[in-house]
Amino acid sequence: MPPILSIAGVEKHYPSGLTALAGIDLEVRRGEIFALLGPNGAGKTTLISIVCGTVTMTAGRVSVGGHDILRDFRRTRATIGLVPQEIAIDIFATVWNTVRFSRGLFGLPPNPAYIEQLLRDLSLWEKRDSRIIELSGGMKRRVMIAKALSHEPELLFLDEPTAGVDVNLRRDMWALVRKLRDKGVTIVLTTHYIEEAEEMADRVGVIDKGRILLVEDTAALMRRFGKRRLKLVLHQPLATLPAALADWPLELQAEGHELLYSFDANAGGAGIPDLLRRLDALGIGFKDLDTERSSLEDIFIRLVEPA
Amino acid sequence: MPLINRHGVWAVYRTEMARALRTMWQSIVTPVITTALYFVVFGGAIGSHMQQVGGVDYGAFIVPGLIMLTILTQSISNASIAIYFPKFTGTIFEILSAPLSAFEAVVAYVGAAATKSVGIGLIILVTATFFVRLEIQHPVWMVAFLLLTCVTFSLFGFIIGIWARNFEQLAIIPSLVVTPLTFLGGAFYSIDMLPEPWRTISLFNPVVYLVSGFRWSFHGAGDVSVAASLGFTAGFMVLCLAVLWWMFRTGYRLKA
Repeated sequence: MPPILSIAGVEKHYPSGLTALAGIDLEVRRGEIFALLGPNGAGKTTLISIVCGTVTMTAGRVSVGGHDILRDFRRTRATIGLVPQEIAIDIFATVWNTVRFSRGLFGLPPNPAYIEQLLRDLSLWEKRDSRIIELSGGMKRRVMIAKALSHEPELLFLDEPTAGVDVNLRRDMWALVRKLRDKGVTIVLTTHYIEEAEEMADRVGVIDKGRILLVEDTAALMRRFGKRRLKLVLHQPLATLPAALADWPLELQAEGHELLYSFDANAGGAGIPDLLRRLDALGIGFKDLDTERSSLEDIFIRLVEPA
Repeated sequence: MPLINRHGVWAVYRTEMARALRTMWQSIVTPVITTALYFVVFGGAIGSHMQQVGGVDYGAFIVPGLIMLTILTQSISNASIAIYFPKFTGTIFEILSAPLSAFEAVVAYVGAAATKSVGIGLIILVTATFFVRLEIQHPVWMVAFLLLTCVTFSLFGFIIGIWARNFEQLAIIPSLVVTPLTFLGGAFYSIDMLPEPWRTISLFNPVVYLVSGFRWSFHGAGDVSVAASLGFTAGFMVLCLAVLWWMFRTGYRLKA
């Protein structure tokens, strides 16, 4: 089976001379959650917009489910749902009418039972007869999602889905994303909440200045770039590191009150028990300890801003 | 895969018609009141001091011109707002990302705008019968001219809606071009009543042809031949279709 989304050599240059995309090659597998990470202006939204048909590409080829998005636009667009970053709905329409409109627009016959279930899943059922203008920002965003799902898409794009969204909605949104994935829907999202990409995405693509820097399984990426740190808060400050601790790459900080040990996340314990025994033998006592793992954010920063 | 997205066309058409009903006061009541005012002023106050024009009472004479005046402006404003507003609010993204061809989008939007204009034209016609005694000599042609004009000028309005970058541009062509041309196009007089050179100059005003053909369908006489009227209107429609075809093909002011 062809990949659900295949992007080959896609470029976007604006007449102003701005290059938004400088040659993108990317494949998204059927049924996965794919996170596109990148700073503002990296080209994430442009790329999504090209696939969905709201921006024309300067060069390249995109196919969805093996069908070219230009030649076979009816087939490809009918399978795509898009939740854009900005809320844009006819503010005088009711929730029910605008969702029903989207389903029809995407070529499907009415299905009130499906739309009812959709609105219930998104906690919008009580609001079905409200006009959009009467809804809160979070509710409007739920309506945007309902519209994107109204035609039962196989491929769903979520552009910055959790930007400016409260904790409840974010949690509901991720629950919905998981549920959709279980049904076989492929999800491509962009996000600034990198921990969530780390938690949710099967694979991550990093994009910057219109180029894909890397595409990798989230877990593999964490293994490759992940660092762990052990921090010990000492009873007595140390002026210098004792020579007996030279086996470990240690640092002192907070005027000798804290001892910091950085190590590769792949290496398991990496000699922590030995370190603790050695400290005990040297009579260096500690009152607290803390370990942390580098986040995707750290990895990301290292990728886009090479030292 | 169906060759035509009929659900999509219907969804847009239905939503557009619902929008008109939501603003029914503005879309229907306003033209009726305006027309009634025209009849009081031109038909009653001024018309009572005028002779017949070409064997027709002045009150009845101005009916086709009045309907034309209103449906031209209504077609343009309905269709231009229908496409401009989604561009303005950003909801256009949904139309552009839908499996809807340019042709289908035009059929839905222009169809809805033209339906409204035809409805308004008929409402004015009915309103007119309260003021004047009206005979329609060629009813089939009357309906044909009404439909053709509504569709053509809805297409024209659609083009303006895509072209306009702000509300000022949206209003500029209807108010600075179409309304003056309509007033000078023989809506309230026969161009035969004009002295030369104004009569000849008027023949370059496209609205003369619209009003003339429409008036012929009512009273059996117009300023120019019916063939010229029909030819001009059809020609303008083809021109609008060509421009729209180009706009959608290039994504002009629709897609980045």
